[in-house]
Amino acid sequence: MAKDEFTEFKLVGTRPDRPDGLDKVTGRARYGADMSMPGMLWAAVVRSPHAHARILRIDTSKAEALEGVKAVVTRADFPEGLTGEEWNLQENTIAGDKALYDGHAVAAVAATSALLAQDAARLIEVDYEVLPHVIDVDDAIKPDAPAIRPGAADATVPEGMPANVVRYIDFGHGDVDAGFAEADLVMERSYKTEATHQGYIEPHACVGQLGADGKGEMWVCTQGQWYIRKMCADVLGLETAQLRVTPSEIGGGFGGKTTIFMEPLSLALSRKAGGRPVKLVMTRSEVLRATGPTASASMDVKIGMTKDGTITAARAEFRMQGGAFPGAPVDMALYCAFAPYKLKNVHHIGYDVLANRPKCAAYRAPGSPMGAFAVESLVDEMSRELGLDPLDVRLTNGVREGDRASYGPTFGSIGLIETLEATKAHPNLLVPLGPNQGRGIAAGYWFNHSGETSVSMAISEDGSAQVSVGTPDIGGSRASIALMVAETLGIPYEDVRVNVVETGSLGVNEPTHGSRATFASGKAAVVATGQAIKEMCRRAAAEWGIDEDAVEWVNGAAQPAGPNAGKFPPLTIREIAGKMGETGGPISGHHEGLPEGVGASFGCHVVDVEVDPETGHTTILRYLVVQDAGRAIHPSYVEGQYQGGAVQGIGWALNEEYIYGEDGRLQNAIFLDYRVPVASDLPMIDTVIVEVPNPGHPFGVRGVGETGITPPLPAIANAIQDATGLRMTHLPMTPPKVLAALKAAGRG
Amino acid sequence: MSKIHVTTTVNGDQVEFLADPRESLLDCLRDRLGLTGSKEGCGTGDCGACSVRLDGTLVCSCLVLGVEAEGKTVETIEGMANGNELHPLQRKFVEHAALQCGFCTPGILVAAKALLEQNDNPTETEIRYWLAGNLCRCTGYDKIVRAVMDAAAELRGEAA
Ligand code: FES
Ligand code: FES
Repeated sequence: MAKDEFTEFKLVGTRPDRPDGLDKVTGRARYGADMSMPGMLWAAVVRSPHAHARILRIDTSKAEALEGVKAVVTRADFPEGLTGEEWNLQENTIAGDKALYDGHAVAAVAATSALLAQDAARLIEVDYEVLPHVIDVDDAIKPDAPAIRPGAADATVPEGMPANVVRYIDFGHGDVDAGFAEADLVMERSYKTEATHQGYIEPHACVGQLGADGKGEMWVCTQGQWYIRKMCADVLGLETAQLRVTPSEIGGGFGGKTTIFMEPLSLALSRKAGGRPVKLVMTRSEVLRATGPTASASMDVKIGMTKDGTITAARAEFRMQGGAFPGAPVDMALYCAFAPYKLKNVHHIGYDVLANRPKCAAYRAPGSPMGAFAVESLVDEMSRELGLDPLDVRLTNGVREGDRASYGPTFGSIGLIETLEATKAHPNLLVPLGPNQGRGIAAGYWFNHSGETSVSMAISEDGSAQVSVGTPDIGGSRASIALMVAETLGIPYEDVRVNVVETGSLGVNEPTHGSRATFASGKAAVVATGQAIKEMCRRAAAEWGIDEDAVEWVNGAAQPAGPNAGKFPPLTIREIAGKMGETGGPISGHHEGLPEGVGASFGCHVVDVEVDPETGHTTILRYLVVQDAGRAIHPSYVEGQYQGGAVQGIGWALNEEYIYGEDGRLQNAIFLDYRVPVASDLPMIDTVIVEVPNPGHPFGVRGVGETGITPPLPAIANAIQDATGLRMTHLPMTPPKVLAALKAAGRG
Repeated sequence: MSKIHVTTTVNGDQVEFLADPRESLLDCLRDRLGLTGSKEGCGTGDCGACSVRLDGTLVCSCLVLGVEAEGKTVETIEGMANGNELHPLQRKFVEHAALQCGFCTPGILVAAKALLEQNDNPTETEIRYWLAGNLCRCTGYDKIVRAVMDAAAELRGEAA
């Protein structure tokens, strides 16, 4: 039952210290690369220097002859006959006939030290026949582009499409032509965004162990230990349950650690090395070259608007490449693109296109930032053209509960209008702007997600509580789950310990992705806690000799429900727990399933920039994030998600991009050249947490992790137009690009 | 390649290890001495996750060779608290939620401590430029900067 009627909680909404805080400020917390095991070997990977090449020969003999080398693996050590996404994962883990991108793994070696493994990797000889490659999505979709994987297209792709189109999407409703005919202003523009990387500071790392009996273990930094388990088992042909995967503390993921990249290599090496554990840690350049960046996009958008700002029709055609494998999030980009708008007539078309780049992975609200960049840029430009306030245009067209979403379903309780109104009321909008300064706003959307969830909780002998969850804690979810369980039990926050457990401890859990941990694990934890409370009420009832329905749970104790139930002093959780051995044994709760009632989250950002006319450099002067959290369980970590998402978006908008040379090699594979925002690039990030409770969650949680990366891309482009009059349509808006645009306009 | 014997002082303790001359100080701290609090985010001096003090100077330990520590003193995150008594920066980082994943945190704490030792009243801008070599991908730096300012105020004896 939703607890919307509660206006006050004791713990939910407070800001206690996080339970893993002490470990993380003292250097004790153990991340992926911090684990060592007895008898452990170290691994290194040989990677293709070519964007597209046939592998003619791999000679491992020199490496194998080196003293201290214990195992070398190539694709020949992996099972054959996989299909679909399992084949994709295996192919991406280690190349078969062809290397499909610069950085594609070709062989791996395990030795008694890290340096020795690196020396051995250099001794592995690979002969390649270099093939023509294609990098850019608009080039890759041309009919004469090199065909990367003939036959990879799925059934959605109509006959006669270019070879690299592997999925085609077409949906919408209404009559867009009629809608455009009703408009006073119709505008159409094309936009491009470049691939960016999640940029988590912790490189991928694992220690894998696999015996000849097919039983194995893995320690790994991941957002989802069960995904790692299944994917490794699929790629290696193992029994899934024989692999036990323990998640380390995780140094950031943002979607990029929801899948495998090199983990099966450590297991394959271990099996070949007699079952000795093998540690495999990526370098930063391996992370950038060979782990999933996001897709790049080329997008056409057309919108019709009446003079008062009402959108009469909208059309989007998006082309996205997600590397040499199907899976660019073009579907999600289209679903989210027009989500803030109530549209009678809308048409979406999408192409998922192969290119010679690493297999893309999820990145915070996958697809949504690109779609928002295109749509929110055009809505802004049209608002300016018609002399309308861009916030008012969003309020005019904004979706409300009961409206049909642009992508089909009917919205339940949502907080877009409240978010826009809170934005409008914020003092940042009143700050006067100086010369070369501009203000931009944009809205953004993410569905949020639930997914497979399994949670157990148990009461300890002293009345404290433990909770076992399967969703790794990336940004404070142990704190928020502990708050919800403590609130439900009526005990102090400090009396609850939340453990992120290994795959042997619970049923399958999806990763911490889709902004789901606090929603789904939190909801399941509250349901499980309710079972323990019911059991404690039952035991109190037995002690008092009354009906168990006549007992209620208040403030951490069982008490008779009303005067008719009898007069007994409350039995505290501590008293009931202290006697559990004599009253029926352990007291626990467990809940699993696909928690229903996901609540979508809208956000609106306002950014003030200053553009230097001499250099084209854009400085962020002020930044405001307003977003509907449903309910902020631990507001500091909600703000943290808003701020972190906004800054990743700022990086995407202004600096970050994958840069390839003519040879198809990634040219900026270190942090010096792939430049993420640093502290001196930024002001404070102001936040407003809007709370329109989600009726589908016991405390109203929606999920807050992803929406925040969506509005910055267009908001900054809109601010740059406000400052300079120039409309930038190709990210990132680096100083050289802005300067060139200023010069072209006769003003630089 | 033969290894070199290194004697050095880490967090006040004299330690010895055998280092391959190609190994970084970071590798030696982590793999030879088991001090895994310092992190490798890049190995190229660009992220600051490996920040330590070498004879008091703030360095990226991924850019220092292990053998260079011979006869020097090294301070790492593991030496920042005095037993169970946290340094004010450590406390303020937890209080201000200045960490999400926490992977950047050891390096940022070590770097911030070096700042406060030479400037007990840094401005927001000074903090932002001092920490510009320490990447954090999670927080957007807002709460980190606030935590450093608050710790500085406490160290100056001002009530928060
Ligand atoms: S690991 Fe040393 S600076 Fe990044
Ligand atoms: S808290 Fe994750 S990198 Fe800083």
